[in-house]
Amino acid sequence: MTESITASNISVSYSGKQVVSNVSFTFEPGSLIGILGPNGAGKSTLMKAMLGLIKKNSGATQIGSESIDKVRKLIAYVPQRSNIDWNFPIVVKDTVLLGTYPKLGLFHRPSKADKAWAMECLKQVGMQDFADRQIGELSGGQQQRVFLARALAQKADYFFLDEPFVGIDVSSEEVIIGILRKLKDAGKTVLVVHHDLSKVKSYFDDLILMNNVLIDAGPVEQVFREKNMTRAYERPMTMFDDLEVQM
Amino acid sequence: MEFFHDLMNYAFLQKAFITSVMVGIICGAIGSFIVLRGMALMGDAISHAVLPGVAISYMLSINYFYGAVLTGVLTAFSIGAISQKSRIKSDSAIGIVFSAFFALGIILITKARSATDLTQILFGNVLSVRDSDMWITLVIGAIVIVTVALFFKELLISSFDETMAAAYGLNTRFIHYAIMFLLTLVTVASLQTVGVILVVSMLITPASAAYLLTNRLSTMVVLASFFGALSAVIGLYFSFLYNMPSGPVIALATTSIFVLAFLFSPQQGLVTQMFKSRGKQDAAA
Repeated sequence: MTESITASNISVSYSGKQVVSNVSFTFEPGSLIGILGPNGAGKSTLMKAMLGLIKKNSGATQIGSESIDKVRKLIAYVPQRSNIDWNFPIVVKDTVLLGTYPKLGLFHRPSKADKAWAMECLKQVGMQDFADRQIGELSGGQQQRVFLARALAQKADYFFLDEPFVGIDVSSEEVIIGILRKLKDAGKTVLVVHHDLSKVKSYFDDLILMNNVLIDAGPVEQVFREKNMTRAYERPMTMFDDLEVQM
Repeated sequence: MEFFHDLMNYAFLQKAFITSVMVGIICGAIGSFIVLRGMALMGDAISHAVLPGVAISYMLSINYFYGAVLTGVLTAFSIGAISQKSRIKSDSAIGIVFSAFFALGIILITKARSATDLTQILFGNVLSVRDSDMWITLVIGAIVIVTVALFFKELLISSFDETMAAAYGLNTRFIHYAIMFLLTLVTVASLQTVGVILVVSMLITPASAAYLLTNRLSTMVVLASFFGALSAVIGLYFSFLYNMPSGPVIALATTSIFVLAFLFSPQQGLVTQMFKSRGKQDAAA
């Protein structure tokens, strides 16, 4: 069974400047959570700090009552597309197969069943016809779907996605959000770094709104309000009112 | 043909042959990871930086293996320390450290032994391979091949997506230094065959040629090893028949293979692509 996820007092600084300052929140399992804020707000940094991928000044992440370090194999992380070497000699199906590595442990090779499972995950994102393509030959949206398939292959309970919707086509975006919803319905916890304000209400149940400091965290209806948004974006959010009416 | 006849009959030639093939294989294997991780300069640095270790070993009359491994590892750590603990970028850190080690090495070698030794160490002399050299190469070869085979999964994922590897709990820094260590071993094994200066051609060029020919890492490693071994044997052939220094011949052999791959690779080749686009134009017309 999945458990709640808690970040407490997370602070990170880069060369003297504090990028994430004392951020804390808790979310129950079965949530689809957007991490929202302007450029340079420290959204990706917060995510990486939670996962222990970069050095923190302070703070900790807990899953239930355990430190995140003890449950690493339950976590799937999808990096920003720009962080991947798309010329790497690897084809689509082998990329998805990487998702089975964490649970294999040392010295074990992926079995036939693992390969079949990877293909199954590839089908879920509708990319089975591209199984033998080199990953650089795909469009941005297709690449993102392949990396989501890799995360699915991990059979994780906690999913961390860094800007999955940047620079991708509409149909890929629909496929991805559909899968994230299914994960949520299955009781998984999904965190997504996001910066496109137009779809916030239709995509997420919960939000973490930040601009270096935490502005607010909780249900969308509570967080996604003009007062909060103006504080986060440090400018009047008039366009924001239209959006709220539209939703 | 005469070469093969001699190969059957002369023990020194057999030793040289076995050593060259093994050096080619392990350079190709480790080189593949060096190329994909963008560490070509690091490979060059470590190969140059083993020189003072070799010199000190001569002075103490111990096997050059020990000194070389020591200074190789020291180099990897010094470069890591400078680039992580200061604002100096890693390519500059590499330049600073390896030139210092190399300079020190040249001074020590000229003090320790005659100038001919220096030439051999710098440019390789595969025909002077002794029993002990061959055995060191075979042992290092076994270590490298077994390590790459056993930890292929971890090497693959940490080279492709270091963040994911770290996210699920692999110690990526340890893997980095383990590769540096293997690289040092490979360099030491290559000293007799290609020499310090041109080891980088064996590390980078066959792996780069293989990179142009395949979309699978395992195939790339095998192809790179094959190209490396082939180049080493070509080097041996020329240095035996025409009395040429083996290192430069091997380097040019790797380059020839690379140029062929660059021009004629089925997917990436320059000439291949030219024909492809011409074919498309014809089809359109």
